[in-house]
Formats: sequence, structure tokens, C-alpha cells
Amino acid sequence: MTEPASAELTVETIEEKLQKFLESRTKQTWDPDADLFKLGVVSSLFAMELVVFVESTFGVFVEGPDLVLDNFRTVRSMSALVMRLRPGDPGA
Amino acid sequence: MTQAEERAATAAVATGEQPLIKCLVWDLDNTLWGGTLLEDENVEVTEAVRQVIIELDARGILQSVSSRNDHDHAWARLEALGLAEYFVLPRIGWGRKSDAVRAIADELNFATKTMAFVDDLPSERAEVAHHLPDVRCYTAEQVLELLGLPEFTPAVVTVDARRRREMYQAGFRRKAEREEWQGPDEDFLRTLDLVMRIGRAREEELVRVEELTLRTSQMNASGVHYPVDTLRSLLSTERDEVLVVSLTDRFGPHGPIGVMLIEKFALVWHVKLLATSCRVVSFGVGAVLLRWLTDSAARAGVHLIADFVRTDRNRMMEVAYRFAGFGDHDCACRSALPAADGVQRLHLTPARQEPPSTMRVLAPELRVRGSVEATWATS
Ligand SMILES: [Zn+2]
Repeated sequence: MTEPASAELTVETIEEKLQKFLESRTKQTWDPDADLFKLGVVSSLFAMELVVFVESTFGVFVEGPDLVLDNFRTVRSMSALVMRLRPGDPGA
Repeated sequence: MTQAEERAATAAVATGEQPLIKCLVWDLDNTLWGGTLLEDENVEVTEAVRQVIIELDARGILQSVSSRNDHDHAWARLEALGLAEYFVLPRIGWGRKSDAVRAIADELNFATKTMAFVDDLPSERAEVAHHLPDVRCYTAEQVLELLGLPEFTPAVVTVDARRRREMYQAGFRRKAEREEWQGPDEDFLRTLDLVMRIGRAREEELVRVEELTLRTSQMNASGVHYPVDTLRSLLSTERDEVLVVSLTDRFGPHGPIGVMLIEKFALVWHVKLLATSCRVVSFGVGAVLLRWLTDSAARAGVHLIADFVRTDRNRMMEVAYRFAGFGDHDCACRSALPAADGVQRLHLTPARQEPPSTMRVLAPELRVRGSVEATWATS
């Protein structure tokens, strides 16, 4: 039996994918706890790209109260959001 | 053209079947100048043709070149004639002209039905018409008639139409530098010396404001179209603010790139419309605007409520609002606004904000009527 892709997601694999994306997009490396928004105002385009990347890569949909800056502030907060929202999560 | 034909053409333009031309692509030999450059180093342009070029430029119609010649040779002649500056994205070489016209349209992000092509050779016009049936083709004899044709005659020449070509040229230089830049985007933005000016709209800017409410689908929060007359009526009230946002940097002006309509109640400011041009979205304009508005409201001691109507294209705007802290929470201030069906009302209790590090912001003090623009600074 094959598991659905989301079942293989671990915090480590999620964070690795996020870090790769961020590095390609910002041309710098990001620690899991580094604040992406600390340096200044992030463009709406970048914010949108981040949201779309998280949704399309991990098969989740982020809206309403989940669509807040704090959930996207660090690689770690994004992986926590994905773990919480991923399909089949018993806590969802 | 007979009078009837002329009326029909005008009607076609008016109904949008024949949209206005946004870019005219010129052939050079025996079209723009008399004779062939390969045979005569000193080909000349008549005064009448020069006036056509200058006037089309003033009307905000871009002009480009597709010519079978050696690029450097032909461009040097255009420079010597004092005309090179009028042309963007010239395609001078030996390829197919339909490819040149298509490439120019793609680079400008214009539909081919807004492109025109003028060439003395029937074979070239036929080749372009065959591959790009939407492109309107003109003969060399028609050059002196172009200014009288409805498709080259915008109903209104907006404030920035005269500077459109300059803005595109600045845009190409900016884009080239950005592509070469090796570091993080934000550092690149800091090299641009960006200045964002938020100003109360003047009468002569209303046409452009209306245009912005129509054309900025990705970054338009409520998708409402505000006709000029409605906008004009808002200019004279105490309570309404019609704000126009423009941006410049060391490459030149971007022109008006955003609009915000706000109705000010005692305890809450109601943002009825926020729209910014897609061209500048990567500069963080929307986020900076929201941050400035948040700071202004905090200083005025009022809450903010923003209208949002989801379309299939404006999710970026919702992300911008929610990342700026706007949300669905309840607040007593909501009752100050008249009810509206189908509109999401995003609420924010504002706190003071730092100005951005990527640009200087010039803006009036919103709580003070008639206040002049000043640099937004922490104080
Ligand atoms: Zn409130």
C-alpha cells in the first residue's frame, strides 16, 4: 500500500523544502528560527509567493485566522502551520 | 476614407472592437526615412514625418523599429537624426518582421491587437498580417495620415501619457540591473533611492485614478470601479480622502501607481478602495502603503476597516491586508459603517509603525485637512 504524500511529511522535510525555496528566492540562507520579516517591509508579492509555495508544496489551504504574518514569520512557524493543517491530521 | 468609413472606424474604436494603438512599429528604409541606408549613408527624414513621431510620442503611443539593416549602423543614423530616443526595444536585423513585432509586444506586455506596423513593402505587411492578423498594418503613404486616425487618437491624453515612453525606458534599465543583481532583492531596492509620494488627488489626476481602479485586478481590494464624476464629488467633502500614490527612483518616474479611497468617521477610517499597479508589486508598495496608513491611523487614534471583495485574481491583496494585521475580529467601530452585502470588512486596531528601510515616503497628515506632504519619519 502506498501512503499519501502528506503522510511522509515530517518537520524536517518540510523545513528543508522551505529553506531551499527561501534560499533560491532571497539569495541567502535561513535558520529555522530566523525572522523573515525582521529586516523591513516584505513585498506583497513575496508574501503571496510564500503562501502559494506553502499551499501548493504541502497540499494545505491557508485562510482566515491562519493567514497571518506570525504563521509565516520563520521556517519553524511555517512547518508548524503545515503540520497542523495537512490533510488527514487527526487534530485538524 | 469616406466620411461614412471614418465614422464607422471611430465607432469601432469607441466600442472597443478596434482598440487604440499602444505601440507603432516602424520600418526605416523608404518608410521612416527616404531611401535606403545601405545605398545612402545620409538618408533624411522629412519634417512632416518627424512631427508625426513627436506627436504620437506626446499622445503616449510607444514607437519601435523593425528594419532590415545592420543594427549599429541604423541606430547611429537614428541618433544622428535626433530620433533614437523616441524608439523603445528596436529590432534591427535580418529576421522575420512578424517575429520582431511579436517580440516587441511580448516585452511590452501589449496584446497584438493594440500593435501597429508601418512598412512601404507590401510583402512585409503581408508577412506580418499573415502571422499576426490582429496587428494593424499601414503603408508608407499613410504615415502622414496617422495622426488623424481614431485608433491613434486617445479621447483624453492623461497627465502621464506624455511621459509614458520615458517610464518604459527607465523600466527597461531598471529591469536589466535587477536581473544582474546578485544579492537579496531588498538590498537591490535600497540601491534604487525609491521615493513614494502619497498625495491628495487633484482634478487633473482623476482620469488616471479611474484608470487605476479599472486596471489593477491583482492588487485591487474591492474591484469597484469609480467613475471620474464620483471621484470628483469625493474631492470636495470633508470626510473623504482620494489619495494618489506615485513612485520614483534613480532610473526615473514610475508615474501614478496606486490609489486609495478613505472615508473618515470619528472613530474609524473606512478604506473603501486600495489598488496598486502590478508593475510595482515587487517593490513592496502595497505593504508600505498599508504600514503608512496604519501609522497614520494610530496617530489619529482611530481604527481601520478595509473593504475586501474576493475575485479570482486578487488574493495577493488579501495576503497583504492580513499580513499587515487586518482580520475578522469584532469591534464596536464596525457599527459606524453602513452595511454592505458581499463585502468582507477587515478590521485593524492600529499601532505606531516604523517607516520602511527600502524607500522614503512623502505623505500628508491625514487627520489634518489640507496638510502638506512631509517625509514620514519616526517621532
Ligand atoms: Zn475597531
